[in-house]
Formats: sequence, structure tokens, C-alpha cells
Amino acid sequence: MTRFLLRLAFVVALPLFLLGLWWLASDDSTNPFWPPLRTILTTFPDVWTSERLRADVLPSVLRLSAGYAVAAVAGVAVGTVIGSYRRVRALCEPVLEFLRAIPAPVLIPVIMLFAGIGDTMKITVIASGCVWPILLNTVEGVRAVDPVMAETARSYGITGAARLRNVVLRSASPQIFAGLRQALSIAIILMVISEMFAASNGLGFTIVQFQRGFAVPDMWTGILVLGLLGFALSVVFQLVERRVLGWYHGLRASARRSP
Amino acid sequence: MGALLDVSGLNKVYEGSGRRVEAVRDLTFTVESGELVCLVGPSGCGKTTLLKCVGGLLAPTAGQVTLSGRPVSGPPPGMAFVFQEYGRSLFPWMRVGDNVELPLKQKGLSKSRRGELVDDALRSVGLADAAGAYPWQLSGGMQQRVAIARALAYEPEILLMDEPFAAVDAQTRADLEDLVRGLWRERGITILFVTHDIDEAVYLGERVLVLSGSPTVVRERLRIDLPAERDQLHTRVAPRFAELRTHVYEQIQAAKRGTPAPEPSDRIVDVEDRPVDKS
Ligand SMILES: Nc1ncnc2c1ncn2[C@@H]1O[C@H](COP(=O)(O)OP(=O)(O)OP(=O)(O)O)[C@@H](O)[C@H]1O
Ligand SMILES: [Mg+2]
Repeated sequence: MTRFLLRLAFVVALPLFLLGLWWLASDDSTNPFWPPLRTILTTFPDVWTSERLRADVLPSVLRLSAGYAVAAVAGVAVGTVIGSYRRVRALCEPVLEFLRAIPAPVLIPVIMLFAGIGDTMKITVIASGCVWPILLNTVEGVRAVDPVMAETARSYGITGAARLRNVVLRSASPQIFAGLRQALSIAIILMVISEMFAASNGLGFTIVQFQRGFAVPDMWTGILVLGLLGFALSVVFQLVERRVLGWYHGLRASARRSP
Repeated sequence: MGALLDVSGLNKVYEGSGRRVEAVRDLTFTVESGELVCLVGPSGCGKTTLLKCVGGLLAPTAGQVTLSGRPVSGPPPGMAFVFQEYGRSLFPWMRVGDNVELPLKQKGLSKSRRGELVDDALRSVGLADAAGAYPWQLSGGMQQRVAIARALAYEPEILLMDEPFAAVDAQTRADLEDLVRGLWRERGITILFVTHDIDEAVYLGERVLVLSGSPTVVRERLRIDLPAERDQLHTRVAPRFAELRTHVYEQIQAAKRGTPAPEPSDRIVDVEDRPVDKS
């Protein structure tokens, strides 16, 4: 119990300190673009009513989830194929390097031409930006399957789908998760950017609306919401990762104990 | 029907990046059903290569391997492999029980039958209560016992073991040797056991095949006429054990110097009873 409290104290200490700093630094601010934190916090409940959460935050979260899911499935699937076959890899590598180097936001105008300005466009933008770290990490993870494990699987007749499920993807899962983690922060950025371009709702849209209407404290509350959303997503991600990669953390810890 | 395992004229040449390594020159031997045969040879003489060819994991350059009359061209269902690198052969993301069970699922056995086999195999290697642990929570010797249990549960016609105890400490090694001999006697399985350790080969085997240094041929076949009941304490100090190990040692030393084998290498040699040195 005390250990839990201690850990909790460690988690919240720095955020509280920074908030306090912000509070003090902005307390007597008269600059309209830099309102006191007190003002921002009192504005917060007025702006982020349950109505607004449903109308703006929910669509954003849905787009983000859809784009992220598409990227995860496509990235792992294509990455597994590329990682499994040397020939395919040699063929794809230069193209991948090129595609990866294009920042996803510049694709928004192009994607708008094909996918319009609706949800499809935003999901496509998010997916096309997120897919690269997932794909490239999957390729590396699949390539790095231990040869002894691969031979063990072969000698026991573990081939095809069973091999993919029980050996290849499991062995690559630490790398795949590293890619998924990178992709998560990219997904949030692209969600906001795509909503700033052409949208009628969503977090990015709302923040830009506030800014254009000079509702500065409201704009700041939007930024806080974005930060909280990112934090919540990363907590969820960590919970999932801890479950799926429990074996990996245990393995690493035991390797550290007896090198 | 001939022997269970028949290896004839096996040759393996590794080619690649301008280097040509003839790991195995010409190996011919057989293993009868129910036998425990040890292959002993110096380090780097191609033991792993040989065993992988026998197990269908590598295609031989020339020669043929047949298991119960059928030529081996890929890993045959009647074979189980215990690898030298136990730490990398178990899947760290699966618990011990699942590691042992996975090959059985692949065989299409029913859930209840799988459960029986897993329990039985883990019990016979003395790890009945480790089924829920992860491999990395176990010591090296325990991990190798899990690998042996996985092979046992698979119910192979022949068990191939590639220097399975090379990386564990001496005490654990002695225990594992007794475990393998015990399992062999209890279950009547056929084992082909590869090692570079002369004492281990003589202690375990009913027959020992001595390999020459690279390029590898069978230098000698030796019948180990020690009693079937063996134990670490008495067998290893028995005069007969000393004679046999000395003989194998001399053969391997001679092989390293490149002296030709004294006997034609396709006959089983019985070492003559030399008077024991009493000085
Ligand atoms: N994949 C490979 N490509 C090229 N040469 C190889 C390959 N694998 C093994 N060799 C060579 O073949 C020879 C025999 O190797 P092998 O691993 O079969 O020996 P070993 O008797 O098992 O050795 P150890 O006792 O160290 O396990 C060695 O000279 C080695 O360098
Ligand atoms: Mg070897």
C-alpha cells in the first residue's frame, strides 16, 4: 500500500509541479493570448460539456482508432510478407524508403482529391502516416526470428499458419509493439492536422475554430484535452503491451540477473 | 525390413561466399530400433551437420538417409530433435506446458490425449510442477529437461540429440545423462546421441561411433560391453570403462594426427581385453 502511494506520488509529482509553475507564471498575465491558468481551468467545464465530448471528441477518437487499426493490420500483414521472403524484401526496400520519407501531411491535398473531405479522407491520412513504423518494425522483427527456434519449429512440423501464429508473430511481437508505439503518437498528430484541413467537427477543428474566434482560453482548454487524450491512449497502450509482452519483460529481467 | 535408421554415403559440402567447406565426407552407419548409439568426434568435425542431415533439416550433397525404409527429404514426423542450444530452442513466450504441447497440436491429437502426454513427459523428466512456468524462469538444466520432455511427448520413432549437455555444469550434466539412460531403458526408445565428450559417449552408449576430424568419416564402431545397469559412481571407475575410454581417446588423437584407422571402418570392433596396469 505504501509502495503504491509512493509510486503514485512519483507519477503525479512532476505534472503537479509544472502545473503549479504555469499557474504562478501566468497568474497576473494580462496578455490576451496567454491567459492565467485559473481562467483556463474555470473555462474548461463550460466548454467541454458532455454534449461537446460526444459531438467533437468522440468523432476524433473514432477516426483515430479506425486509421490506427487499418495501419496496424496492413503494416503487420505486409511487413510479415516482406520480412519472410528475401526476394520480396530486395524488391520492396527502395520503394519503402522512398514512401516512408514523404511526410503524411503533404498527402492530405492529394488524398482529398480522391477521398473527399469526409471521414474516409481523415482515416486514410492517419493510416498512411502510421503504417510505416509498424511495417518497418514488423519486417525487422520477422527477419530476426532466431534460427534455432525456426529449426525447432520445422523439425516438429510446425509450418504454415501455426508457425506464423505461434512462432513468427510472437517472436516479432516486441519489435511490432515498438512500431505500434511510435505509430500512436503519429496517429494523434495526423488526426489533429487532418481535422484542421477540412472538417465540421473534431478536436482539431474545434481548436482552430476557437482560435479564429479569439476564444483564447477555450483554445487552451482544447489543447489540454488533446494532451489528456494522448496520455489516456498511452496508458491504455501500456496496459495492453504489458499483457501481450509480459513474457518479454520477464525474459529481459532474467537475462539481466544472470548474464 | 532393415535397420530403423540407415545412413549411407552421406556427404555434405557447404558452398557460399567463395568458401567451400566439406563438413562431412562419407558417413555410413545404421541404428537399429531400440538402440542407444553415441556419435563422438572432435569439436567442429561436422556432428551438427550430420544430425541435421539425418533430421531432414539440411539436404545432403550426396548420399541417403532412410527412416523405417522411407527416404528422408524433410523433417519426418517420426523424429524429434533436442538441440545443443537449449536456451534458444524453447519458445520464451509460451509456458513450459504449452511448449511441450505445441508439436502435439500440430499432430492433430485430441485435447485429452495431449494433456496426458504432456503430463507424462514432464513427470518423467521430474518437472511435473513446472508446467505453468516460463522457460526463462528455469535453470539451464531444467530447460534442457523441458526440451527432452517435448521430444518424449512427441512419441518419435527416433530421438536425435545434438550435444544436449554441452552447456550445463558437471553435476547437472551427470544427472541428465542418467535421465537419458533411464528414459531409454524404461521406454525402449531409439536414441542417436551426438557428443564431443568421450566419457559421456562411453557412459551412455550401447554402441559408439568414433568420427574422424574434418573431412569426416566414421573411424571406428565400438560395442560398449558395460553392464546395462550403469551409475555415475561405479561405472566411471570400472576398469572396463577406463579401457574403452582410453581406446576411444587414442582413436580420436590418431584421427587428429591423420593416421589411418587400424581396422576396416565398417566392422564393429571389440576392444581386446588388455591386462589392467597394476603398478
Ligand atoms: N551454414 C554453414 N555454412 C558454412 N559452413 C558451415 C556451416 N555450418 C557449419 N559449417 C562448417 O562445417 C564444419 C562442421 O560444423 P558443425 O557445426 O557441423 O560441427 P560440430 O561438430 O557440430 O561442431 P561443435 O562441436 O562445435 O558443435 C565446420 O567447419 C563449420 O565451419
Ligand atoms: Mg555442433
